[in-house]
Amino acid sequence: MLTGQDMIGHADHPHHPRLQHHFYSMEQQLEASILGMWVFLVTEIMFFGGLFMAYIVYRTAYPEAWMASSHELNVYMGGANTLVLICSSLTMALAVRSAQIGSRRGQIINLILTIVFGVTFLVVKYFEYKAKFDHGLVPGPHWDPHEVLANGSLAPLSLPLGSQIFFSLYFIMTGIHAAHMVAGVVLMLIILVMAWKGRFSADYYGPVEISGLYWHFVDIVWIFLFPLLYLLGFHFGGPPV
Amino acid sequence: MSSAHVVVPVRLYVTIWLALVVGTAVTVLAAHQDFGRLNTPIALGIAVTKASLVVLFFMGVRSNTSLTKVVVIAGFFWLFILFGLGMSDYLSRPWLGVPGR
Repeated sequence: MLTGQDMIGHADHPHHPRLQHHFYSMEQQLEASILGMWVFLVTEIMFFGGLFMAYIVYRTAYPEAWMASSHELNVYMGGANTLVLICSSLTMALAVRSAQIGSRRGQIINLILTIVFGVTFLVVKYFEYKAKFDHGLVPGPHWDPHEVLANGSLAPLSLPLGSQIFFSLYFIMTGIHAAHMVAGVVLMLIILVMAWKGRFSADYYGPVEISGLYWHFVDIVWIFLFPLLYLLGFHFGGPPV
Repeated sequence: MSSAHVVVPVRLYVTIWLALVVGTAVTVLAAHQDFGRLNTPIALGIAVTKASLVVLFFMGVRSNTSLTKVVVIAGFFWLFILFGLGMSDYLSRPWLGVPGR
């Protein structure tokens, strides 16, 4: 007869130490984790979706303001950041793969690279925002648009009605995206520490996989933000400053 | 079979990465050309292609369970409802003489 004492141990149902008791196999646990992360990412799709919807509505209402304001964004910094995130997605995928094949060294190298790319993105963002502030392109009481002339001096710039709305959306969308990047970097640091301690193996790498899903999603948001915010202003003659 | 046991070769990941980099270059080059009203659909078309590559290959949805795939598709389906019904509201307002743009 099984007593209370007998029920505590795992002798009657030995299993992988990382298998939670509400799952019947490691494979099902991983599938459920991936499904759960995707359900969360769907809520994120709708979250950013709302902002994209606002973009669509106001772009339809103020097309000239959209073209003129986009011209003021730095396409080089935006483009560089796009490439930085694409590289980070590659290293992230390689990090998950390293965990899948049980390579601790591969995990550590690729996670560090991913984090470095993420931080690089945020540093470029800082300089981008700084330029916007310096040029008075912040909506609200300090709205005072200026452009940089060929000789490097600043001259007042007249932007069409609706430009403050563009820049409001620019700051909110890229700002909330940047907040997601910060969360992603913190998450990756946690995963890096776990990988360093050798927690993951070919049998158990779920946390790396689902953290990777989050990271790739943030990259996808940027893939849409870049053309919609930065690439509208080329038809006004010449690349933006 | 889940994605748990599918190990993707490094070569495939690098190929996808290359496609994404090329896609970015094409997006910037296309933005410099004047295709008129086609500029936005072209830019979005390239972005959707790049996002699909990330979802299918980097995120591994290609080898996930059907249930996961349904959830992914549902997310974008709801997004298109948001855009579609939202814009059909705004764009049809001038038709009926309803106040507001």
